[in-house]
Amino acid sequence: MTMTQPIRTSVAGPTGVRRLFAAPAPDLASHLAAFGPMPAAFDEGHLIAELDDSGLTGRGGAAFPTWRKLIAAAESVPSKRGPAVVIANGAEGEPLSRKDATLLRSAPHLVLDGLLLAAATIRAGDVVLYAPASSFEPVARAIAERPDAGRVRLVAARDTFLSGEASAVVSAVGGGPAIPRDHPARLTDAGLRGAPTLVQNVETLAHVALLARFGATWFRQAGTPDDPGTRLVSLSGDLPVPAVFEVPGGVPLADALGAAGASVDGLRAVLVGGYHGAWVPASALSTRLSMQELAPFGATPGAGILMALGTHRCGLDAAAEIAAYLAGQSARQCGPCANGLPRLADVLRRLAARDRAEWLPGEVDRLARLVAGRGSCHHPDGTSRMVLSALTVFADDVREHLAGRCVVTS
Amino acid sequence: MTRVDVPFGRRAVGARGARAAGVDAAPRAAGAGTLHIDWTRCDGRGLCTELLPELLDRDEWGYPLARTGPGSDVAVPAELARAARQAVALCPRAALRLG
Repeated sequence: MTMTQPIRTSVAGPTGVRRLFAAPAPDLASHLAAFGPMPAAFDEGHLIAELDDSGLTGRGGAAFPTWRKLIAAAESVPSKRGPAVVIANGAEGEPLSRKDATLLRSAPHLVLDGLLLAAATIRAGDVVLYAPASSFEPVARAIAERPDAGRVRLVAARDTFLSGEASAVVSAVGGGPAIPRDHPARLTDAGLRGAPTLVQNVETLAHVALLARFGATWFRQAGTPDDPGTRLVSLSGDLPVPAVFEVPGGVPLADALGAAGASVDGLRAVLVGGYHGAWVPASALSTRLSMQELAPFGATPGAGILMALGTHRCGLDAAAEIAAYLAGQSARQCGPCANGLPRLADVLRRLAARDRAEWLPGEVDRLARLVAGRGSCHHPDGTSRMVLSALTVFADDVREHLAGRCVVTS
Repeated sequence: MTRVDVPFGRRAVGARGARAAGVDAAPRAAGAGTLHIDWTRCDGRGLCTELLPELLDRDEWGYPLARTGPGSDVAVPAELARAARQAVALCPRAALRLG
């Protein structure tokens, strides 16, 4: 790791894994006491070098290296289409995700710091925070507390599953519908009204704010080499205390679930990565929340969503319910998704309902593979992934259901 | 916030810029390029599947289905370049692009 210049800060970086939530209250004084001020002067190349060394990846789900997206946007400037745009994305359309709303309520100044640092790095002319209107109040209060955030525009996100998809975000911020667009060019080259546009998840920006202060070496003191730093997880499902927690990168799934009071004994499986994620059986909960260890299950840490499924719940029922929701959330722009997801959800529902037709699992598999990759966003791919994973992890349920029984009730 | 007047820290950024660009660059297949389907425009008229039967089948709803497997980008071999250009030009929904 190369340090091109020393980092000057008046406060030491938080120790332990309580970083994003290290300030005891969301106000500016608490924020400054916990983290110190933003570096008074900084070099963009230095910040990008620190981001590269840190290994920080996007926390919105796609895990794209943050430094690469920043550099792509920075190098697209100046553009004939006007100055760059930076958008902090706090729209978590995923019903199981609570982390971004929690962060905006608990640490709005960290998000604003990261947004302003990103804006300075790419010389943005338009600085936007896009989030559900229910998150505006704490953010507006934070903006009013500081002199440097007056140019941050708040744009309300609709409460739909796809409202946070990057091209849908750009469309919505431009006054259009919050639905994905076909965008063969990267948004960092041609996004909002054709201008270079950087869309970053709010948690990612909060980490940028800490990295600018404390550097990559500090960042890597938590987590594992392949998933450095901390990340926020939204724990839900059959748990005593569904909540948002900050955990070290690469934490074993069982430990993360333990934070919410769950005992592995009471669980059948965990849906990792949310509705577009994949199932991990209870027998494998020592698996770490990292790209590498989750790969055999077809899962990724994604946006840090873990939904626990108790031993009293039928896996096929749960998967069918989610597939039906996802089919209803299709933007209905792309034929294979608009037609295929309802059909897929229906066949899976019949399997879950113990309709004893031998062809059902094969048809679920065929339809899931047919829709994957055939849309302008990843909605069909993600739905396909969750369903195919259910067929594998709940293979016992499939067999029992075809015999008219269920492993849970029989 | 004050920006230091090093113009985007070129020295520090240069190598990373090259690396970012290198990693991002799409691998270029030998052939006439890639046919991209804009699914938000396509409504399954099927003209492309008639012009390029070697590459495209139709699914049960009439939408083009690459014979190489599901996806939005289909590699076009050199001998089908002409037919691919025709498909792009004639698609009634302007849903195809050759890149």
